[in-house]
Amino acid sequence: MLSGLLDGIFSGISLGSVLLLAALGLAIVFGLMGVINMAHGELMMLGAYTTYMVQNALKGTPLFGIYIFIALIAAFIVTAIFGLVLERGVIRYLYGRPLETLLATWGVSLILQQLVRSVSWQLVTIVALFCLLFFGAMWIVARRTDFERARGWFLAIMIPLSAAAAIATGNVLGTLYKPAFTKLWFDARNVDVTAPKWLRGGFPIAGTQFSYARIFIIVLTIACVVGVYWFLNNTPWGLRIRAVTQNRTMSACLGIPTKKVDALTFALGSGLAGLAGCAVSLLGSVGPNTGQNYIVDTFMVVVVGGVGKLAGSIIAALAIGTANYLIGSNTLVDLTAPIKPLSDTFAFFSTISMAKVLVFALIIAFLQFRPGGLFPQKGRTVDA
Amino acid sequence: MSEKILQIENLTVDFDGFRALNNLNFSLDTGELRVIIGPNGAGKTTFLDVITGKTKPTTGQVTFKGKSTKGNVEYQIARLGVGRKFQTPRIYLNLTPRENLELSCNRYKNVWNALFGKPSSAERRTVAGLIETIGLDAKADLKAALLSHGEKQRLEIGMLVAQSPDLLLVDEPVAGLTDEETENVGNLLLALAESHSIIVIEHDMEFVRQIARKVTVLHQGTVLCEGSMDEVQNDPRVIEVYLGKQEDDRAAA
Amino acid sequence: MDALIQSKSKARQRLLIEAGIVAAIALLLLFVIPPILVGSGQGFRVNLLGRYLALAIAALGIDLIWGFTGILSLGQGVFFALGGYSLAMFLLLQLPDGQLPDFFSPYGVTELPWLWQPFYSLPFTLFAIVFIPTIVAATLGYLVFRNRIRGVYFSILTQAALIVFFNFFNGQQKLINGTNGLKTDTATIFGQTVSSPPVQAFLYTLTILLLVGGYALSRWLTSGRSGRLLVAVRDDEARMRFSGYDPTMFKVLVFAISAGLAGIAGALYTVQSGIITPQAMNIAFSIEMVIWVAVGGRATIVGAILGTLIVNFAKSILSERFPQFWYFFQGGLFLIVVTVLPGGILGWLREDGVRLVRSQINKRRPLQTYPSLEEDPGVQYERKNLANRESDG
Repeated sequence: MLSGLLDGIFSGISLGSVLLLAALGLAIVFGLMGVINMAHGELMMLGAYTTYMVQNALKGTPLFGIYIFIALIAAFIVTAIFGLVLERGVIRYLYGRPLETLLATWGVSLILQQLVRSVSWQLVTIVALFCLLFFGAMWIVARRTDFERARGWFLAIMIPLSAAAAIATGNVLGTLYKPAFTKLWFDARNVDVTAPKWLRGGFPIAGTQFSYARIFIIVLTIACVVGVYWFLNNTPWGLRIRAVTQNRTMSACLGIPTKKVDALTFALGSGLAGLAGCAVSLLGSVGPNTGQNYIVDTFMVVVVGGVGKLAGSIIAALAIGTANYLIGSNTLVDLTAPIKPLSDTFAFFSTISMAKVLVFALIIAFLQFRPGGLFPQKGRTVDA
Repeated sequence: MSEKILQIENLTVDFDGFRALNNLNFSLDTGELRVIIGPNGAGKTTFLDVITGKTKPTTGQVTFKGKSTKGNVEYQIARLGVGRKFQTPRIYLNLTPRENLELSCNRYKNVWNALFGKPSSAERRTVAGLIETIGLDAKADLKAALLSHGEKQRLEIGMLVAQSPDLLLVDEPVAGLTDEETENVGNLLLALAESHSIIVIEHDMEFVRQIARKVTVLHQGTVLCEGSMDEVQNDPRVIEVYLGKQEDDRAAA
Repeated sequence: MDALIQSKSKARQRLLIEAGIVAAIALLLLFVIPPILVGSGQGFRVNLLGRYLALAIAALGIDLIWGFTGILSLGQGVFFALGGYSLAMFLLLQLPDGQLPDFFSPYGVTELPWLWQPFYSLPFTLFAIVFIPTIVAATLGYLVFRNRIRGVYFSILTQAALIVFFNFFNGQQKLINGTNGLKTDTATIFGQTVSSPPVQAFLYTLTILLLVGGYALSRWLTSGRSGRLLVAVRDDEARMRFSGYDPTMFKVLVFAISAGLAGIAGALYTVQSGIITPQAMNIAFSIEMVIWVAVGGRATIVGAILGTLIVNFAKSILSERFPQFWYFFQGGLFLIVVTVLPGGILGWLREDGVRLVRSQINKRRPLQTYPSLEEDPGVQYERKNLANRESDG
């Protein structure tokens, strides 16, 4: 009985900490820019694949024992750069149109999923060559003064031209160096990350096995939360981020470079997604759809947590994680066994997928009392 | 008692520990035009928010036409006969001024009527008349997004009139208007005051002097003093908190 | 008053012309296109066209709620599936007395679950196709809108609802066959199998008729006072509230109607494709529906239909030829439509297309002012005044 409860709480917290890690970046970005990033799950997936690649690269070297730390750094950097590109390339054109941003980032997430499935040296070459030709030509032509007028023609000519050149080169190289060049890096199957030896297994307390990997994730989450908290509260850029979150126009008037703040925040949020992906890879195999499994739950964390305070996200993530686990496992069924109708109800919901049904109902019920989440913004600044 | 259209007793509003309104008492006679002034952060806008039901009072109550508005939300209070104009003009940008006015003018605001109702010819005449009154007949069928700021202000006041409320709440109606436009709006408000009760919130002292008969000064969430413009201007407390310890003329300018 | 009567008769005339065009297109779809496709050996495309026209009905619903009212629902798949499952359950029950649908036997179910009982009746089924989605949407919408939860919050809540329904349908093997879904193609109705040509031809016709009906409903809702109120919800809810309208009820109404349309679409799609599975409720499908509308042009009802047909035929052609590039293409479509073409195809035609064609013919671009000076009533008014004054003096 006790061990069941202990196990339930531990698993719930570990589930919650994964959620929190995934939702942290999302919540920061949403709080700052009002943007829901549908590609957040795919950034996690990229982080997980980065972990996989780091693991493969270090296999057999003495560094393999600590590869997970190198992977964490690599995942952070890769996804942060990707987030930066995403912000500069797409999202900055869509500020103030949150619903459109949502659709655009969904498009990005589709592209990323397929990218992982079909990435090969050939594809990389084609994309790189296209970017080189197209943006190179743009860079040259853009210096002419009458560029704005000729823009339409330029795009109409250069896009097909660069694309054709890039694809032709890619195909020629593909036929020349057949197997190596066109071989898919990952293909559509899931890949497995093997945890280092010291993360396997666990230690038993009161008949429950506390897995090291899960403890590692909990510690990682705590470290990230503390780090983000420290960054936001004790650094000049953190101060700027908080200022822009509260009043964008006023901050801009006071000379805060809001564009840089946006880009930085987005990169930070994406980097955190990468860390989350790294953590997720320790829990099971990783596939192109990995991100999809997490996004809806992390969105719910943001909705329940409310905007503006990190504490909201923390409590919401832990609550949703624990509720999901307690309902989904048989813990509650056992606990309420003496009361027959109650335990029957819980038994009906005691699968992972049915637990989500009940948790969603609870969230809707919660929102009837606290529509703004746990920590809503108050005062007359809130729009009617 | 029946001639009091609005009565507010012991009203307090807290936001997360910040007290926006503090034990405020206020009453307005039917047909009165009242101007409320007060320094920034005195709680003027919150005051309007409470009357219109946007903000719930922490304690105290609002009585409109002899009935407590407690438990009513914005649209119910609006249907009771309270109209509100916002600080920045809020109109439906993707509709034409004529359509904007028609929506406000409509008497039956339930879903059923929206689906099956048609504007009556009396409503159409009212709208046509109003468009002329606010001087938008040339642009009556353009999207409201294309109107200038002053035109938007006038349109919103027109929408307020179309709603034919018993009590009008007007928040800074002349912000960002030229002198001539300001005078027009002032005359419009004075004309409206013949048949409506009006509360105006304003910073522009010239304008206040033009329209005010009785002025209420808010300070730190409570009523500091009430009276005619001259009385208020000579009240030492007002001079201290609001006009500063300066000459009246300079402060008014 | 004269002007009023004149404008009224003009409006009626325009309405008649529009009705004529719609009828002509419907007749074209009914009697001309199928023989052409069959004649050219592309008979299967008729079935595809029928399915896509069914999807267009769902797109109409999205245009109402997103295009006009500005509420982005990412959960239309729920209503689509509810409609589809309702009809599928009815069809699977078209069996001799006492027999159970085949799929029950592996699970050892020997008695028909109570949920299935009402679906013996055709009237109830027809009612359920429209009103079960409507009621679900109205309930969810009321609970959410009542608390002024809007914008992206609403979108992600509908998406969560979608996942919840997906999980529920996926997990209920003994009730509705779980992941495998319900197959309708071998069921019989009126003594014919559903997949036989006469039944399919009937369904094709029915789809077109219902699409025309949906078009008329959407036009009716978006014209006149209700249409203006929908735009008002999009523009400024607070203003509405302070003018005495309750936006919640309007939002619930339009959400419920869009759900009803999605339910009809789901039912028609199911019987033409032969199967309904919980996959109808995966996240991607529901967002895809939004992009159909965006491609055609939001807040233009024709655009919703046009966009659905274009995107879906592009999908069927592209994914036949280059299966892996469809996702790249689709992702790119999301990005391009949102950033470069926010008005969709119809919006672009209205704004730029006409001007572009004209400038190509004239070789000279007309000067654009904003709003164009020639069309500005203000300027015309002043001119008239000037003229009057001159004539007076």
